[in-house]
Amino acid sequence: MAATSNASSAAARFRRVLAAFGPAIGLFCACALFAALRWRTFVTADNFAIMLQQTAVIGAGAIGMTVVIIAGGIDLSVGSTVALGTVAIALLLQQHLPPLLAALGGIGTGGLCGLVTGLLVTRLGLTPFIVTLGLMGALRGAAKGLASEQPIYPDDTWLNQLMRLGEHGSLPIGVWLTLALAVLVALMLRYTRFGRHVFAIGSNEQTARLCGVPIERQKILIYVIGGLFGGVAAVLQFAYLTGGDPTTAVGLELNVIAAVVIGGASLSGGQGTVLGSLIGAFIMSVVANGCTKLGMANWVQEIVTGGIIVGAVFLDKLRQGRRD
Amino acid sequence: MPSRPDSIPPRLQLEGVRKSFGATVALDGVSLAVGAGEVHALVGENGAGKSTLMKVLAGVYAPDAGTMQIDGEFYRPVRPLDARQAGIVMVHQELAIAPHLTVTENITLGAEPMRGPLVDLREARRLAHDALTELGRPDIALDGPAGDLSIAEQQLLEIARAIALGCRVLVLDEPTSSLTLADTEKLFGLVRRLRSQGRSVIYISHFLEEVKEISDRFTVLRDGASVGGGRTADATPDEIARLMVGRSVSELYTRSPRQPGERLLAVENVAGPRKPTAASLELRRGEVLGLAGLVGAGRTELLRAIFGLDPVVDGRVRVAAFSGAATPARRWRQGVGLVSEDRKIEGLALALSIADNLTLTRLPAFVTPARQAADSARWIEKLGVRCAHPLQAIRELSGGNQQKVAVARLLHHEVDVLLLDEPTRGVDVGAKQTIYRVIDELACSGKAVLVVSSYLPELLGLCDRIAVMCRGVLGPARPVAEWDEHKIMLAATATTPARAA
Repeated sequence: MAATSNASSAAARFRRVLAAFGPAIGLFCACALFAALRWRTFVTADNFAIMLQQTAVIGAGAIGMTVVIIAGGIDLSVGSTVALGTVAIALLLQQHLPPLLAALGGIGTGGLCGLVTGLLVTRLGLTPFIVTLGLMGALRGAAKGLASEQPIYPDDTWLNQLMRLGEHGSLPIGVWLTLALAVLVALMLRYTRFGRHVFAIGSNEQTARLCGVPIERQKILIYVIGGLFGGVAAVLQFAYLTGGDPTTAVGLELNVIAAVVIGGASLSGGQGTVLGSLIGAFIMSVVANGCTKLGMANWVQEIVTGGIIVGAVFLDKLRQGRRD
Repeated sequence: MPSRPDSIPPRLQLEGVRKSFGATVALDGVSLAVGAGEVHALVGENGAGKSTLMKVLAGVYAPDAGTMQIDGEFYRPVRPLDARQAGIVMVHQELAIAPHLTVTENITLGAEPMRGPLVDLREARRLAHDALTELGRPDIALDGPAGDLSIAEQQLLEIARAIALGCRVLVLDEPTSSLTLADTEKLFGLVRRLRSQGRSVIYISHFLEEVKEISDRFTVLRDGASVGGGRTADATPDEIARLMVGRSVSELYTRSPRQPGERLLAVENVAGPRKPTAASLELRRGEVLGLAGLVGAGRTELLRAIFGLDPVVDGRVRVAAFSGAATPARRWRQGVGLVSEDRKIEGLALALSIADNLTLTRLPAFVTPARQAADSARWIEKLGVRCAHPLQAIRELSGGNQQKVAVARLLHHEVDVLLLDEPTRGVDVGAKQTIYRVIDELACSGKAVLVVSSYLPELLGLCDRIAVMCRGVLGPARPVAEWDEHKIMLAATATTPARAA
């Protein structure tokens, strides 16, 4: 009896270690593979700066998506939110608003999209999949309408510098911004009542209700957070494009969700980490970059990335052990 | 059990069927014989083993020992399909109807007549029509969605499905629990019709008057064994109830002498959307009040209504000085806590840690996991929860230890009123004893405890007063000395419940 419980707790500890470090191990393996094949071109400070720069937009979206997915929800409208956000920033800059206010306007637009999602999910009792599938189309349409279906390039401001690579592999400000926000959200999830309630709702909504967690208010807040990070991603995307484009970031939501899932979150809710999600996003950039360095065609990269998503979820299932 | 006079083998014969799950013995030698054209009542308290026995019969569980025969041939199902092919069909309390499919599709579901690769629609309609005609209801439209039918008609649909399958033994599990009196009469007519066609019916019910009215013979299960039976006409409801409960109260329970104090909870004529229909009670400090009754009588619904999980349609609930609308959050703030009857689905978030589950109702705005773990460690030690660490996922614990955590959540919150719904369901004896001890200590320290339990010795051993709920109506709470198992059973199985004074 004691022996079996020891064995099972050892197995449990092993699974916990895998859960904590699984994505990091995956990242290490991917880097090691490409380093071994293309040491000269892959392992340079500049190349890592480029990969991090390419991760920033997906990473920012993934921070918010992590909160949403831990709470048992999903947000398919992130790509459209980003497009709408870039258009909003461009329009605000055209109105000669200071760049900081324009950026905050873009983030606020994202928050508003999240608020709409949250209200539709809680007040009308619709499933988030359907609500955000609808919003995915509606927000994209709104972005095109606002921009008259044209990209908008306002005058150059410091916003355009956010994603610029510096000398000798120094990182763009946007990357540091994403990392700082990630630390903030990670701390929030772990050390605040709000964060613990996010896990409780995702793990078992009925238990959360029984324990007096204000589920409606909490869910609305969660989608607002998801939306705000869509807005942050929009600021970074705007900086990357140096303009607002209603047709940008199509399908971005799937990359964001993939990053979160590779990072160890469960689509049925209750588990996930911000760090894992960022690593998940970075793994995808590394694979894309490495494949390019190997001279593989784009379609090969897409197949490899798809395989990684399915493989990561399968590993996650093994890690969970057999559940009846 | 008296052997049947004729030499024809009975339709269904079970001998010495045993089944255990780990250390728990669910069936401890059940024997049962049902003749062709016989309605056989299977009665017993909750937890006596009826549902396990039916699952063995249906091929869900394989028995550890014993034999089963149908019409003299050995019957060893290994999966539910085998039971259907042998002609054994169950109609459960929760109906298995696909509401979007038509009546015809429901009746032929899983046994669709085929013509080559296609479903033979004409033949399917004929089968459905014949089955409904056999049941005396050819008027039910074959092409309407089954979801539009009443509960009673949906039940009839399930029986029609059994007939279309050519069933030899029909098992009806608590078939009248959600039926009106008029529909119950119609169901009885239907059962008699099936009997006259030579089919066997196993009728599971708690309502002894029903058993008297509809069955030819009966078998009583108690603690997993068949303890008696015979011709229904030869037994009074009184004698059957005595067979159901006849066991000695063990020494598990602790009830220290205590003095009831001020009133903490007052429930006045509370009615829910369906159940309860009328419930009034008072709960004082330093008192344990038990709610007895059958599963489905409305006890859980009453607790949930008090706690704000279900709406209150009529009546009033007051907690100490508070009245007005209730939500679980408000109730926790008022010092009321609830332990759910289903810890897997509602009571606990299984993927989260012990500490998370235990402290969820009372988290500070900023949480330190170390503090959470330290708080939990205190309760883990006090209740003897067997675990590796407070941060261990709760799903890795045994049922008894999980339940201790569910109870500890209320202790950690320092509630004054405890609403406990089946607090010892599915837990081992050791955990039971711990929970009994905690309830006693709480009552002695001036807390008020309301316990719902279907296990009568437990209520009689723990409570100061007991009230019995029957079909949504709560009877008067009387001191425990005025009750015994037999009296509770009679009050719980009455066809017309006694109203509270």
